[in-house]
Amino acid sequence: MSSHQDRAGVKAGGAKARLYARRQDIFPRAVDGFYRRLKWAIMAVTLAIYYVTPWLRWDRGPYAPDQAVLIDLANRRFYFFSIEIWPHEFYYVAGLLVMAGIGLFLVTSTVGRVWCGYACPQTVWTDLFLHVERFIDGDRNAQFRLKKAPWGPAKIVRRVAKHGIWLLIGLLTGGAWIFYFADAPTLARALAEGNAAPIAYATIAVLTATTYIFGGLMREQLCIYMCPWPRIQGAMLDERSLIVTYKDWRGEPRGHGLKRDAGAGEKVGDCIDCNACVAVCPTGIDIRDGAQMACITCALCIDACDQMMAKVGRPRGLIDYATLEDCKAEAGGAPPVPIRRTVLRPRTLLYFGLWGAVGLAMVFALGVRPRLDLHVAHDRNPLWVRMADGSIRNGYTVKLRNMESRPRDVTLAMEGLPGAAMWGAMQEEGERSSTLRFTLPPDQVSEQRIFVLAPAGEGSRDFTFVLSANDREGGQDRDESKFERPEEQP
Amino acid sequence: MTDKKNDPAANPLGGPQSMGHEWDGIEELNNPLPRWWLWTFYATIIFAIAYCVVYPAIPMLNSATQGTFGWSSRGQLAAETAKAEAARAGMMAQLAKVDIATLDPKSPLMRAAVEGGRAAFRINCVQCHGSGAAGSKGYPNLNDDEWLWGGTMADIRQTITHGIRQPDDAETRTSQMPAFGRDGILPPDQIDDVVSFVRHAARLEGNSASARRGAGLFEANCAVCHGADAKGGRQFGAPDLTDAIWLYGGDRDTLHQTIANARYGVMPAWGNRLDPATINMLTAYVHQLGGGE
Repeated sequence: MSSHQDRAGVKAGGAKARLYARRQDIFPRAVDGFYRRLKWAIMAVTLAIYYVTPWLRWDRGPYAPDQAVLIDLANRRFYFFSIEIWPHEFYYVAGLLVMAGIGLFLVTSTVGRVWCGYACPQTVWTDLFLHVERFIDGDRNAQFRLKKAPWGPAKIVRRVAKHGIWLLIGLLTGGAWIFYFADAPTLARALAEGNAAPIAYATIAVLTATTYIFGGLMREQLCIYMCPWPRIQGAMLDERSLIVTYKDWRGEPRGHGLKRDAGAGEKVGDCIDCNACVAVCPTGIDIRDGAQMACITCALCIDACDQMMAKVGRPRGLIDYATLEDCKAEAGGAPPVPIRRTVLRPRTLLYFGLWGAVGLAMVFALGVRPRLDLHVAHDRNPLWVRMADGSIRNGYTVKLRNMESRPRDVTLAMEGLPGAAMWGAMQEEGERSSTLRFTLPPDQVSEQRIFVLAPAGEGSRDFTFVLSANDREGGQDRDESKFERPEEQP
Repeated sequence: MTDKKNDPAANPLGGPQSMGHEWDGIEELNNPLPRWWLWTFYATIIFAIAYCVVYPAIPMLNSATQGTFGWSSRGQLAAETAKAEAARAGMMAQLAKVDIATLDPKSPLMRAAVEGGRAAFRINCVQCHGSGAAGSKGYPNLNDDEWLWGGTMADIRQTITHGIRQPDDAETRTSQMPAFGRDGILPPDQIDDVVSFVRHAARLEGNSASARRGAGLFEANCAVCHGADAKGGRQFGAPDLTDAIWLYGGDRDTLHQTIANARYGVMPAWGNRLDPATINMLTAYVHQLGGGE
C-alpha cells in the first residue's frame, strides 16, 4: 500500500487516529457483598503480615540476631524463624522460586487470577488508596462532581488531604520495608534520631514515591500496561479455570426497565443494563464484554450484580465465578458442574503433586543439611616445598564453617598420609602434631592456613582431612585433598 | 469481525480503530498507547541528552567530549585510590615505625603487614623469586627452612633493605667465593674430588677414594666459609652443603661448574627504593611463608 492510501484509510475510518490516549479517570463505586468482605479480610491479613513481621522476635542465643525474619545483607545471612540460610545454600531460594512458578500454574489453572484480584500488593494498596479517596471525596458521583468543580478552598483542602494521606501511607510502606534488612527496633530508633544509614532514608524515599505513584496515580495502568502477569496468566487459563464471567446466555438481550420490558412482551434477559458492574470496577472495564486481560478478577462486579439481582427479584450469579465449560453447559440447560470437579482435575492435581514434591524435598534437605563444613584448598604455588632435611611440606588453606550459633570445639585430623604432621601457619613449627584443635566462632567461616609435613617419597598421594566436633552433638565433615611430592630427588 | 469492538463509535476509548493498513485480511488497528508512556519516552530522551552533556559521551578525534561534570574513569580511579590510601594511612604510619620482629603474630597490624607484603611481593620480588616465592635455579626458595643469610625477621629485613653484594651499599650482605677452576687454584681432577666429597657429605653418593681425597681439599680450601662440617656459615652467606636444598643444583656437573667458576648471586638493596612500611610488610610476608625463624 502506498502512503497515499494509508492516509486515505485513516480518514476513511472517520475520526482522527489518536495514537496516544490520556488515562481515563476511574472512580469505582463502593460496594458491599461477600467478595468485598473477603477482600477486606485479605487486605487486613496481608497488610498485617507486611507491617508486623519485622517486629516479631525469635531467640537464637547470644551470637545471632533475634529478629524472626531478617535479610542480613551485610553478613550475608537470611533468617526465617528457626531457619538460617547461608549464601552457599542459595539453592533454597531457587527451590522457593520453582515452587512459586509451579504454584502460579496450580493457582491459575484452578481459581484463575486470584493473585491479581486479592493478594497482589498493587491490588491491596490500590484498594487502600481507593478507600482513602472515598473517605475524603465521597463515593463515585461525588468524585465526578469534585473533579469537574472549579478550584476553590474546599477542593484544595480535599486534594491536599487525600494526597497527604496517600503519601503518609507510602511513607509507612517504604518505612516498613527497610525493617526486613536490619534489626527493626534499633533501626527505628536510628531513623527517629536521624542517624540511620543514608541508604535507609533513600530506600524509604524511593518506596514512598513508588507506593504513592502506583497506588494513587497509576493504579490499573500498572496492571494493564506494565505488568507481565496478566499476559502470562492469560496463557495459562483453560476452559476449566474459574474466571469472573458474565453469563450472557442468561443476561441477553438486556432490558432497560422492568415495567417497560414486561409491558412490551418481548423476551428479555436478566441484565437490566444498570451498569453497576461497570461502576464498581477498579480497572474500568465492562465484564459483559467477556473475559479480558484488564480484568483482575477482584469479583466486586459479582457483589454489585448480586445486589441488583436481589432488588429485581432474579437469582444471583448473573455475573459469577464460573468456568467457560460451565457457562456452555448451563447455556445448554445442564446443571452447573460442582466446584470440586473444576478444582480437582488431573491438571491441577499434577501441579499440586509437583509443587508439594518440591516443598517436601526442600523441607527434607533443610532437616538433614550439615551444620559443620570443611573445605580444603591446596596451595597452587608452590605445590610443594623441600625442607633442608629432605622432607616435603605442603600448604593448605582450610575453611571451617560453623553454622551453629554457638562456638564449637573441633579437631582436624588427617587420614591416609602416614608419617605426616601438621601445624597452623600462625603456630611455631615445633608445635606440629597429627591433629589440630580449633575453637570455631559461632555462625562464621574461619579460615586457617596449615602446613603438612611428610617424608619424601614416591610421587603425590590422595588423602583426607576429617573435621570432627568435640561437643555432645558431634558431627563430622571430610574433604579429599592431595599431598604433592616432587618426582625426582635433588 | 464487525462487532461493536471495531466500531469506533461504540467504544468510549475510541479504539480499536483501523489504521487503514491491511495485508491479506489482517488489519492494523489502533490501540492507543497511554500518554504517560509517551512522556516517559520523552523523559528518557531528555535524560540521554543531559547525560551526553554532563558525562563524556561523543567520540572526537583524540578523545570523547569531556562532559561538564569533568568525570573520567581515570579520575575516578585516582580519587578512589587516594581515598583508600587515606584510609590506610594510619596503619601505614604504624607499620613504618613498628619493630616488625617483636610484633605479635596474631595482631591485626601483623595481618595487615602480611597482606600488604603479599601485594608488594607481587610487584617487586616475583621477577626473581617467582609468584609463589618458590624461587628457581639461582634464586632461593623463600618457603623452605634454609636461609643463606638468616631467616629471622631482623635478618630478612636487613637483607631486603641492603640487598646482596651491592657495591653502593655499605651494609650490604657480601662475600665472594673464589673461582677455583677459572683462577687456577685447583685443577679439574681435584675439583672432581671436592664434588665427590660434597655429594658424599650430602648423602647423595657413597664414600669413595675420590671423596676421601676431596675431604682434605675441602678442609684446605672451603671449610673457612662452609665450615669443617660443610654445614655452611651465614656470616658469609655460605650455604649448608649437607642438606637437601641446592640453590644451583646438586648433580656432579653443576657442582663442578659451581666450584670452578664460583657463584655470585645478587639482590637489589630495596632500602632506597621502598618506604620503611613496605619493607616491614615484605619482611612479615616472607617470614610467614613457612620457613621463618
